[in-house]
Amino acid sequence: MLNAVREFVLVQADEARTPAGSFPQLADPRFSLASGGPSRRLRRTWLDTFDWRLFRAGLSLEFSAGRGTSELVLTGRDGELVAVEPVTEPIRRPCLIDELPAGPLSEHLASVVGVRALLPVARATSVLTQRRALNADEKTIAVLTVDQMTLTQPRRVPTPPRVAISPLRGYQAQAARLADLLALAPGVAPAVHSAFESALRAAGRNPGDYTSKIDVQLTGDMPAALAVATVLTRLLDTMQANVPGTIRDIDTEFLHDLRIAVRRTRSVLKMAGSVLPGSMAARYRPEFKWLGDLTTPTRDLDVYLLGYAQMVAGLVAGTEPELRPFHEYLEAQRAASQRQLARGLRSARFTHLSSRWRHELEQVAAPPGRRPATGKFAASRIARAHQRVLRNGSVINAASPPEALHELRKLCKELRYLLEVFASLHDAAAQWRAVNELKALQDCLGEFQDTEVQQAELRVFARQLMADRSVPAETILAMGEIAATLALRQRAARGEFAGRFAGFASPRGVARIGALSGAAS
Amino acid sequence: MKVVAAYNIKGGVGKTATAVNIAYLAAADGYRVLLWDLDPQAAASFLFRVKPRVKGGGKALIAGKRPVDLAIKATDFDNLDLLPADFTYRNLDLHLDGERKPATRLRSLLSPLRREYDLVMLDCPPSISLLSENVLHATDLLLVPLIPTTLSVRTLDQLTDFVAGLDGHRPKILAFFSMIDRRKRLHLQIAGELPARRTDVAVTAIPALSMIERMSVQRAPVTASSPRSQAARYYRELWQEVRERAGLSRARPGS
Repeated sequence: MLNAVREFVLVQADEARTPAGSFPQLADPRFSLASGGPSRRLRRTWLDTFDWRLFRAGLSLEFSAGRGTSELVLTGRDGELVAVEPVTEPIRRPCLIDELPAGPLSEHLASVVGVRALLPVARATSVLTQRRALNADEKTIAVLTVDQMTLTQPRRVPTPPRVAISPLRGYQAQAARLADLLALAPGVAPAVHSAFESALRAAGRNPGDYTSKIDVQLTGDMPAALAVATVLTRLLDTMQANVPGTIRDIDTEFLHDLRIAVRRTRSVLKMAGSVLPGSMAARYRPEFKWLGDLTTPTRDLDVYLLGYAQMVAGLVAGTEPELRPFHEYLEAQRAASQRQLARGLRSARFTHLSSRWRHELEQVAAPPGRRPATGKFAASRIARAHQRVLRNGSVINAASPPEALHELRKLCKELRYLLEVFASLHDAAAQWRAVNELKALQDCLGEFQDTEVQQAELRVFARQLMADRSVPAETILAMGEIAATLALRQRAARGEFAGRFAGFASPRGVARIGALSGAAS
Repeated sequence: MKVVAAYNIKGGVGKTATAVNIAYLAAADGYRVLLWDLDPQAAASFLFRVKPRVKGGGKALIAGKRPVDLAIKATDFDNLDLLPADFTYRNLDLHLDGERKPATRLRSLLSPLRREYDLVMLDCPPSISLLSENVLHATDLLLVPLIPTTLSVRTLDQLTDFVAGLDGHRPKILAFFSMIDRRKRLHLQIAGELPARRTDVAVTAIPALSMIERMSVQRAPVTASSPRSQAARYYRELWQEVRERAGLSRARPGS
């Protein structure tokens, strides 16, 4: 039997605050309450990633500091303790997982948060008062804790007091009877949300309010111009949500999400921009190309740095210390490109671009006759993009130049973005199958092109390092090993291509995407 | 996980008082402790206000029909759990005899608790039986309270010889003088001389103190209810010796 904690909220009709330590009365002679020691004051900070990875995984991470103790506590969906780690310094700023003390807690978190930073999402102070619930033998069977919590950030607001009943081991049945009794007491209601969720709701925040997915609901009969404007507005929201984190360089995913939103915007403008009024698409395409280009150097260097451990693991003759000067060089390059990126995102050009773009998107109205309709429009665009992928892919053979595969990769991306943009028109299972098939092909093409670009960049880096005479020969030799590994990976991807494309272009593969373009119409 | 047993063939020598106080002090130092009250008289269970009842009785527990961890109760003290006594424990020998490897059954039952506890303290009934043999096989340290009389010392010799003759695992022995009557010259003489001559006898000796007897009124270890008392001080000294002898030298973090 689990030691499940039951929680209640003390509901007060007059909204007056319950004095600290006031407990609901128990009208049953089988149980009595005894002192559980003096009240404790806790400062609490809840942490999560920008995209709520912990919340979505049913986890809650809290830093709590009281007199003489401070710890990080990871709890699960039902409030069960997953891991706890004593920490000395309060977490006031965003931190990456490797900045936390090593141990079971950081190991557990690492698999969920990945490269994302943990950010403080709410702060509160709690006054905790405990009582021991005794049975007729005066044996403690459970601990009752009243939590008087006041949210302090993002804004100051008191929350209704909560009571938690934590059974002692072996006394779950008696504690459950006590909890049932408490549930019947006047002014007591079962807690629907955790303390963390209550704190967020009190602050007016909705947990899970950010996702990089295009979570818009389109219908087949709505005018395509409105559907496209809705999608583009959502993509602009994503861009703007990620700008502060990108400028502050909190973690690499802010830039990644920003970049994807820009790429999706560019694809939508290219593939579906014709339904927007006048020359809107044509006017904005160069601007979003500028924005995309602005983000490229930093992201490319991020990819190198994120893959550094894998690069080191792949060394056969070279060693990590030999490669370290290359890592330092990459970091220096990244720092410089990040400064340029931040300047670009703070520039008047970007500010004007986003404000004008949002304004124009808001002005988009349904055209006379409300045609074309989104369903038919999406189906025709998806069918056209699909045909182009099939046509270009079918003429690629062993003698085709790398550019042919690069071009096919672009077409695949356009098809993928169209599928994602119009996903809400499709059956979820059919959409998942179609995207999965396409994703397998894209992964192969991506590996082929990324390894080629990285080999070319590696040559540029090596020339610069040699020209600067700043690194020993061993570093260049180790970089040569990395270039060789990249060449092998590229060769392997090229070898895989025919099989992957055959699967995508097979009657079943064609039917999967065909089902979507048919279903949408 | 270390297993320490408060054991003596004789009754009324202070086994339960030792077991509950050593278990409490270990828990207070941050070790995760389980006290198993193996005595059907259930004195340790009574002291912690836990009902002396195990679902299915000793038979189900020994046969493995009910997992040991389902019978465990938390005490009112942090880090200290209790596996209560049950009146059916009076037939434990019988139940053990029905098992395939009767002499090592207790050790097998404790094995799944290895990750959960740092110390298991056994409060044993006074006897020399199949259960005693199980205790010897399961424990790392036998903690033997002795009343300082010539006969008691002879009993310790018998026990030492018996342990030396065991096949395979042999527990260490740490005897200590208990219930010393300071008015009796013989008590003082034996308790004063023997620790210097024998390494298996602790330096600490626990006098007969009314505070220890009052534990049954307070229903709590004297080390918890009167931590500043003379009795508590003696038990703390004994705990230091037990900790070192059992190889529990490092206190757990957070203690």
